[in-house]
Amino acid sequence: MLTIKVLGSGCANCKKLEAIAHQVVEQMGIQAEVIKVTEYPDIMAYNIMSTPGLVVNEKVVSSGRIPSSAEVTTWIANALETV
Amino acid sequence: MTTLTSPSIPQPNKRTFFILAAALVFWLVAYNLIQPLANWIAYEALGLAADSHLGESLAFFLYDVPKILLLLSGMVFLISIVRTFFSPERTRALLGGKREGVGNIFAAMLGIVTPFCSCSAVPLFIGFVEAGIPLGVTFSFLIAAPTINEVAVILLFGLFGWKVAGLYVASGLTVAIIAGFIIGRLKMEKHVADFVWKVHRKVDVEEEKLTWADRVERAWGSVKEIVGKVWLYVVIGIAVGAGIHGYVPEDALASILGANVWWSVPAAVLLGIPLYSNAAGIVPIVGTLIEKGASVGTALAFMMSVIGLSLPEAVILKRVLKTPLLVVFFAVIAVAIIFTGYLFNLVL
Repeated sequence: MLTIKVLGSGCANCKKLEAIAHQVVEQMGIQAEVIKVTEYPDIMAYNIMSTPGLVVNEKVVSSGRIPSSAEVTTWIANALETV
Repeated sequence: MTTLTSPSIPQPNKRTFFILAAALVFWLVAYNLIQPLANWIAYEALGLAADSHLGESLAFFLYDVPKILLLLSGMVFLISIVRTFFSPERTRALLGGKREGVGNIFAAMLGIVTPFCSCSAVPLFIGFVEAGIPLGVTFSFLIAAPTINEVAVILLFGLFGWKVAGLYVASGLTVAIIAGFIIGRLKMEKHVADFVWKVHRKVDVEEEKLTWADRVERAWGSVKEIVGKVWLYVVIGIAVGAGIHGYVPEDALASILGANVWWSVPAAVLLGIPLYSNAAGIVPIVGTLIEKGASVGTALAFMMSVIGLSLPEAVILKRVLKTPLLVVFFAVIAVAIIFTGYLFNLVL
């Protein structure tokens, strides 16, 4: 199963990104777990310097901005191929 | 595996440049039309007298609002394009080998061009410290980035010209460099939250490869986001400014906020701490203060205090700074702002 993590301390942008992640997972009709990572030590383990960050299967795909749902779809599709 | 890349410009880039050229023409036409249009509405269509308070205020408002919104959209777009070349990761790499002093100057300048949002202050702080960048240099960045805010600088430029905007950038840089340097000298590393020193990166982030179409798309996204967020403040701020412009006598504030009132600078800074506003709301007010007799140093000190010394940011930074360092951080910035305010009152 795919693991998607949203890195961010709970700012407005992080919530938007989380909503996009949920929406894309639903649209693609795949099995995926969307996890919110809010503690700074855990966020920083991914070495990002601006939030929100998006991690698909332990790979950081974006940070510091809200990607479009089309981008998120592509990243998830790529991750599914490599599994 | 090898891939062949074609030397010609890919199609999406050509289209991007075509759209940009069209947008530029539209922008220039609109920018040159608003002055005659504003005068026409105020004096011809509504028939107000050119020397009346109401006519003057209305023409001022009708000209300034579209002018500022056009300037804001155009400049935010350009700045956002520049910023796609500066990621926080790249800034960290640039600051890596710098010593204190030179490092503070670099950090303050990079603070202007690096994309920054106060909600990212903590990851940025940890990322810098973990990479071995000195604490004082990190603080120079953290002071410059929010204070020398693009919206603030663009509005100052649009409403009062490049001299005031330049002065604001210069004073923000001065405050960031001096305050960061002093904090670095105070050796306060032990007052950084312990977990910060224990963070270890698990994975490396690959640098994104952006095409021009990506950069334009992101810049356009930030135009929509920023202008969408601040336009109402701009309209209200300019309306208040326009009203005062027409009705309140000049020099009304000179006796309390003028350059020869010694306590006006610290009072303005103290007053600015609890006030937390975005740049869009504060700039038209600051402009009005200057117009009505407040000295430029005092007004800019007030503005820096409102934008740079914010309680919400203190709450965010509390996660990584222990109380003594947080207090020192605020106190040093406040003192540096007061110092800069006096300096400008003295030299201008």
